[in-house]
Amino acid sequence: MELSQQLLQQLINGISLGSIYALIALGYTMIYGIIKLINFAHGDIYMVGAYVGFFAITQAQVSILPALLISMVVTGLLGMLVEKLAYKPLRHAPRISILITAIGVSFFLEYASMYFVSPTPRTFPEVIDNVAFHVGDLVINGQQLLILGITVVLMAILTYIVQKTKLGKAMRAASFDTETAQLMGVNADQVISFTFVIGSSLAAVAGVLVGVYYNSIDPLMGIMPGLKAFVAAVLGGIGILPGAVVGGLVLGVIEALVSGFISSTFRDAAAFAILILVLLFKPSGLFGKNTNEKV
Amino acid sequence: MGTMLKIDNINVYYGAIHAIKGISLEVREGEIVTLIGANGAGKSTTLRTISGLLKPKTGKITFLGGNIAGRPAHEIVREGISQVPEGRRIFAEMTVLENLELGAFIRKDADGIRKDMEMVFRRFPRLEERKDQQAGTLSGGEQQMLAMGRALMSRPKLLLLDEPSMGLAPLLIREIFSIIEDINKTGTTILLVEQNANMALSIADRAYVLETGRITLSGDAGKLAASEDVRKAYLGG
Repeated sequence: MELSQQLLQQLINGISLGSIYALIALGYTMIYGIIKLINFAHGDIYMVGAYVGFFAITQAQVSILPALLISMVVTGLLGMLVEKLAYKPLRHAPRISILITAIGVSFFLEYASMYFVSPTPRTFPEVIDNVAFHVGDLVINGQQLLILGITVVLMAILTYIVQKTKLGKAMRAASFDTETAQLMGVNADQVISFTFVIGSSLAAVAGVLVGVYYNSIDPLMGIMPGLKAFVAAVLGGIGILPGAVVGGLVLGVIEALVSGFISSTFRDAAAFAILILVLLFKPSGLFGKNTNEKV
Repeated sequence: MGTMLKIDNINVYYGAIHAIKGISLEVREGEIVTLIGANGAGKSTTLRTISGLLKPKTGKITFLGGNIAGRPAHEIVREGISQVPEGRRIFAEMTVLENLELGAFIRKDADGIRKDMEMVFRRFPRLEERKDQQAGTLSGGEQQMLAMGRALMSRPKLLLLDEPSMGLAPLLIREIFSIIEDINKTGTTILLVEQNANMALSIADRAYVLETGRITLSGDAGKLAASEDVRKAYLGG
């Protein structure tokens, strides 16, 4: 295979992986935007999403699209519940308390899952035909198309909700200035709940898609993608929605290129090297603003 | 005229700090009432307590006969009280139009909202010219107009204004104050907090003077403006 073709092939792989990161990173960034919390349990929410999808397919015998929907609903409600029980009581506590709570929730979800579904990895059933499309020497498989298609549709829906609906405007207002949004009549508690529902259901989709892509899920599967998606969110500029998407895609492509041209063992190192570089040279991220708002 | 807002002996704390020490005041329908006083006297705290951003530890706040003390801000705005916060606090990353739409967040009457939007644009023509612009790009005066327009979009019965003159050039201050008078004439009762006591007393019907969390003087705005004590303390001699 020629170099340029190999490059294109890695781009395709990278964009698929990057879409997964983007879906998880969106939740990180939305939640950060509204309550300034790095929700370290978000990767585990993604893991729960994968399991809900797994059981929907294996136990309820549904196909992939209903499985995705079921997983979105169940995991979205779980995210809402986590916020209500664990984070809401700490809304006025110091930031570090709620951050430590998030780490606690993360461990809780990981080990509760081990108890309920056993620590043994499960083989995710094959839900779509194993087809591969050849364009010249390039290969795109069915799973990659599924990931891309679903990601694009979800981003379009999310953009519509955030930009056009009343609820989306309330979300943007509350994440810019919660107090003033309340003066407009926005119920901050409701908006925060809704943000957790949306963020968690996007992570759920990522979880199910990863199951489809890599065929294997386990209770600790959320740790690494959770951290990577956090890197993606920081890379794009935490709190900025398009930033999370671009950050996820860039991270996915860089990882794929490193795996393809250097060695897959360096993949994770590359991801975290990016985090360090961003924090050193542009802490506000690619889309972040360095200037302060005019007062 | 009937009493619209009645504050009865409220005490407000910021943590351990006793910020408002037993304030009582009254705003009647159709009035412009102003709260004047030095920085840190508790003027903004009083407004923020009325709008529900702060909760009084004790005391009553009655609005149109119902007790609103301690209710959350997002409910109080539905009762008909709208606040223009100190420092304007516009949503800088959203457009002018979106800011105004958020002002009408509690309403569902699309026709009425459209009419009020036109009313705001008539009152502040510069906002219409800039309606698709990000609010953060507006000048200070325009941002103040946007904050006022946004507050009017909820069609308030009582408008709370917190330091509308802050950071504005004298000519603009005069413009803003004449708009405030105009808003009052079209039927909105106003409670105005100002450091610029001269301007505030010139448009108000009545005034209260606040000092370190207590009301020390109150009465007819014209009389207060003429009183020796007030002139010395707040009007520069």
